[in-house]
Amino acid sequence: MPIVMILYYVISIFLAAMLLWNFVREKKNKEEMFLYLIVLIPLVLRIFRIR
Amino acid sequence: MSREWILKTLYILIFVFVTVISGVQFYNHRHYEVPMVAGPGVTKVVKLSDYNKSLKGTIADTNVFFLEGKEPGGKALLFANTHSNEPAAILTALIFIENAQVNKGTLIVIPQFNNSAGRNTKPGDGYPLYFEIPTPWGGKKFRMGNRNASPLDQWPDPDVYVHYPDRQLLSYLDVRNTNRTWPGRANGPLMEKVTFAAMQLIKQEKVDVAIDIHGAETMFPVTNCIVVPQKAMRIATMVSLKAKAMEGFENHVEPSPKGFRGLSHREIGDFSDALPFLLEAPIPFLDQPTGPKTVELLLQGKDPFLLSLSKQKKLFVPYDEAGWPMENRVGQHCSVILRIFKEFSKKASDRAIEVSQVPWYAEVVKNGVGFYYRNPDEAKKEKIYFN
Repeated sequence: MPIVMILYYVISIFLAAMLLWNFVREKKNKEEMFLYLIVLIPLVLRIFRIR
Repeated sequence: MSREWILKTLYILIFVFVTVISGVQFYNHRHYEVPMVAGPGVTKVVKLSDYNKSLKGTIADTNVFFLEGKEPGGKALLFANTHSNEPAAILTALIFIENAQVNKGTLIVIPQFNNSAGRNTKPGDGYPLYFEIPTPWGGKKFRMGNRNASPLDQWPDPDVYVHYPDRQLLSYLDVRNTNRTWPGRANGPLMEKVTFAAMQLIKQEKVDVAIDIHGAETMFPVTNCIVVPQKAMRIATMVSLKAKAMEGFENHVEPSPKGFRGLSHREIGDFSDALPFLLEAPIPFLDQPTGPKTVELLLQGKDPFLLSLSKQKKLFVPYDEAGWPMENRVGQHCSVILRIFKEFSKKASDRAIEVSQVPWYAEVVKNGVGFYYRNPDEAKKEKIYFN
């Protein structure tokens, strides 16, 4: 795997962690809670090399 | 548990459900293998990585079938699924692999040229993951692929793809398009490695004729045609005229533009002695203004919106209630390929390529595509190859 591709996986993991962290921190806004998880789906599929 | 965490747990369950359901489907699609039975004409099967070692062990490596004739002659390369969302190509290549007998010369067939794209899909456009071709022994299942290689195999895309060696600026997506990465580089991005391997094959095997099988939208002017550079124009013109006169279907000739780089019909001609031909048959499934992208639309090519546009003369091919069935498209490809061999053999009799046992247009239309496929369950194990 080329180095640049590895870096992009690292960026994806970082973004996924940030989304999860924001999901946990969100207390009131139901819509944003849900949106954090929707945005997380493609990142998870990419990190696990499924899609 | 607080109300907040009850809600969050519900959201997490929905997230897990959607991710697992879609993930399992995508995973199975990417790893589904299509069995191909090597017919009586196949003499050996090698890998594309034999022509570029840097492809070895990657998902882009693919099978290369050799059908060597009893008598010496010329060599033809037939490659399909450069764009894996144009499946008439692989269906045609499979007819050649499972049926063709080569009497003179050698036929080389690569049925799944962009193997990564064949394991990629386009959920945003609602593509089906698979389609089945009916055969006398049941349905034969194929993966529905995508135009470009999977980002799992080549990522990230650049802002702009700078073509090698001309440095022409192309769309960022074209870095994963094996009909923009010709002639390729031994150690470039993965798709350049694929086209580089094919160029090496063409040079090392001294290929005379290289045929790249495609499909194009009915609303796109470069459809239902043979795209060729100047040096292959004469043969393509004769093929087109004879197909119309003797078999009754249109297949006009389009010149390969000199200023548009990276395409097989341009670079194979410029970087080797081979005569390149790119075949396009209409595929209504790829047109934008259609109904849902179903398997029926893919196989039958019937769509009420395209019919309406046809009446307004907005399409570049004849279109009526019959649509554009798969057997017509595959039949056209078979006939055009056989005619290219015939015309080339007339022009270069010492490099003749004679192929038999492959059906012509009328036969494929009458019998259907699946009629020509062998049952893998009845074939010897050593004759089955997966792609």
